[in-house]
Amino acid sequence: MTSARLAVTDKVLLDFAAEVGETEAVAVVGNKTRWDLGGESESGTRLVSAPTGIVDYVPDEMTVTVRCGTTVQELHAALAEKGQRTGLPERGGTVGGALAVGENSLHVLGRGRVREAALQVRYVSDDAKVVTGGGPTVKNVTGFDLPRLMVGALGTLGLLAEVILRTNPIPACTRWVRSTNIDPFAVNTMVLRPSCVLWDGTNTWIELEDHPGAVDAEQARLAEAASVEEVEGPPSLPEYRWSLPPSSLRAPAPFNAGPWVAAVGVGTVWASEPQPTSAPDPGVAALSHRVKEQFDKGGRLNPGRKPGVR
Amino acid sequence: MAGFLNSVKRKLNLASSANDGRGDPVVAELRAALSPDRVRYDGAERALLGRDASVFDGGVSGPVCFPVTTAEVQAIMRIALKHERNIVPRGAGTGLAGGAIPLGAPIVVVVTKMDKVIEVDYDNRIAWVEPGVVNLDLTRLLHRTGFHFAPDPSSQQVCTIGGNVANNSGGPHCLAYGVTNAHVQAIEVVLPSGEVVMLGGLEAEPAGLDLRGAFVGSEGTLGIATKIAVTITPDPPAVKTLLLSFNTVRDAANTVSQIIAAGMVPAALEVMDQRITVAVENYVNAGYPRDAGAVLLAEVDGLPESIAVDGDRIAEIGHANNAIEVRVAANEEERAALWKGRKTAFGAVAQIAPDYYLHDTVVPRSQLADVLEKIYEIADRHDLLVMNVFHAGDGNLHPLLVFDARDDGVIDRVHAAGAEIVRVSLEAGGVLSGEHGIGVEKQQYMDEFFTSEDLVHQNRLRQAFDPGCRTNPGKVIPTGHSCADIQALKRVPAGVWA
Repeated sequence: MTSARLAVTDKVLLDFAAEVGETEAVAVVGNKTRWDLGGESESGTRLVSAPTGIVDYVPDEMTVTVRCGTTVQELHAALAEKGQRTGLPERGGTVGGALAVGENSLHVLGRGRVREAALQVRYVSDDAKVVTGGGPTVKNVTGFDLPRLMVGALGTLGLLAEVILRTNPIPACTRWVRSTNIDPFAVNTMVLRPSCVLWDGTNTWIELEDHPGAVDAEQARLAEAASVEEVEGPPSLPEYRWSLPPSSLRAPAPFNAGPWVAAVGVGTVWASEPQPTSAPDPGVAALSHRVKEQFDKGGRLNPGRKPGVR
Repeated sequence: MAGFLNSVKRKLNLASSANDGRGDPVVAELRAALSPDRVRYDGAERALLGRDASVFDGGVSGPVCFPVTTAEVQAIMRIALKHERNIVPRGAGTGLAGGAIPLGAPIVVVVTKMDKVIEVDYDNRIAWVEPGVVNLDLTRLLHRTGFHFAPDPSSQQVCTIGGNVANNSGGPHCLAYGVTNAHVQAIEVVLPSGEVVMLGGLEAEPAGLDLRGAFVGSEGTLGIATKIAVTITPDPPAVKTLLLSFNTVRDAANTVSQIIAAGMVPAALEVMDQRITVAVENYVNAGYPRDAGAVLLAEVDGLPESIAVDGDRIAEIGHANNAIEVRVAANEEERAALWKGRKTAFGAVAQIAPDYYLHDTVVPRSQLADVLEKIYEIADRHDLLVMNVFHAGDGNLHPLLVFDARDDGVIDRVHAAGAEIVRVSLEAGGVLSGEHGIGVEKQQYMDEFFTSEDLVHQNRLRQAFDPGCRTNPGKVIPTGHSCADIQALKRVPAGVWA
């Protein structure tokens, strides 16, 4: 038998696996932009950092291989030189952190969900092996979809080391407009694919991205329905992130105790108070527990963190 | 229908009265839980469901169940668990990798009677559907509402959305819109334990592990989907469809690579070689040139201002790559004809030979031309006819080996050529499957792609959902990495082979 195509020979990844080792509690740390999400890391946990650097960027394939300790900002700066970007949010964190947390970019309508960004993942397992899931091409159904499982798992099933991400072209024109008298829930009937629609109860901000002529046409269509003005960008966002079905934004009572901004058509709300916790469905919780037992029986990967706990 | 079934029975030498399952306690319990007419055990039915649309035979079905509710699926799972019987979920049976073939005489759970669109929720831009809803039926239902269901596999007139979820199905328009996973927000699943869970949700970021994402594409090995929330996609206000003709497949493939490199993601980029375009023309008269070495069907959609720019750029790139003609569909009728040709391509080959084996691999777009040349060479060497019609925009090849199974030794040559096609795709940096899945077809190649450790981890996911490996056993993961599967397949109950 020939050796497997996805066999890992990169010494940098193998060294990272050796550093993770096979014993003791261990957590991977990025830039700590979401360090408390899912609960505090258990004290005494040994911290390691994922390797850094862009390994292979192929603009013509719209894919990039990047080590997970690389910051999203650094990655996007390199991609921008070729007119591309990814769906990962830029908030000062690392690629691995963005994937482990799984929170979408503000521009999710235009750039896609984080859970769809990873084509291939390489992570270090509980027993210090470098495991690959997915594959290098933009379309792939070879085997079970481990990349989807790793996104949002907070590093509790494996420590992300390197990923291949899908890249997307940066549109020729990006423009933000604001209106105080438009129906935010009607925007997506006037505009084909807004990259972002934000609403704070009074103002509506809309991000239009396309060819310049198309953006002009979209803006003109909005102006037929309401007064709109060009603005620099989105508003500042309150601290706490809520996750709701898009339809529930029509009645903002649950989150409007203070200033808030809602992503219309998405269901994310940035509010002044944290979202109340809700108990997970017992069946799903039990299934999630069995997944954790399978991937990390000893509970040594990122102990203390629980995906889904705010 | 009865006449057809009887002819099948005669051909297979099966008598429906020989064994109706009355002596089998499992069948009795299933009939009590569903209804007698929706649990079948006659030989013809079981023989029909022993196969799917793949070339693989050798499947043997146990009792065949047609549930209509989640509670009935749950009851089937519990009966299977109690009697340690295996389960194989099945939609329309259009899979091409043998994923629905029953191995070890399992209970076959056919979801085609669970075919209701439960609700269309325009506020959340989703539709709740049962797994047996036919893919195209959802889009037809949404006609004139301004929405459609984006995944559009070639079998969309018959394949079910439950099957699309199992295979993470693609289709020509998945280039811009994404494959099924991107269009599934929540799935109600009956686990092998009989528990019912809701995976995913309509929230912006559903809490917890993305078990929804892990379930999509698991080929029926993790449970049975009974209710699915799929995204409905707004219809684009304008569409431009171009037909570019070339002297060579290489020119067409290079055009595709350069369109992507230019920063465009068209709605679809489909290439057909001359052999298939001639077959299609003979079949449906789609308007393809018979003398071109290859054609590229390119479609851009969006705002009129946007598609005008992209359409012109695609034409320019085509001319730069020696296009002999660039034609824009003048109206919806012409556009529909061009797409009808593409979507009926596989049916068109019947005029050339009675059998075909459709492969499915993905290679980097830049490798398309080189890999295609190797595929033609492989087919020639094995004295086979190969036609190529494929989703070029995402590098998804579909070499079609056309043959007559009655010819001596041809099946061996088809399999030998197929193995070489898979291997040249892997050598070019590709993957085993872009949209058909692994099923039983490509298990043998899994450890040429993944390491042993990678497969162990895939099996860990499987075992979390299905510790006994009783749901669709013997699929996806090679048995050497999935010992429980082997055990499950050995538990063939006495009498079921009758």
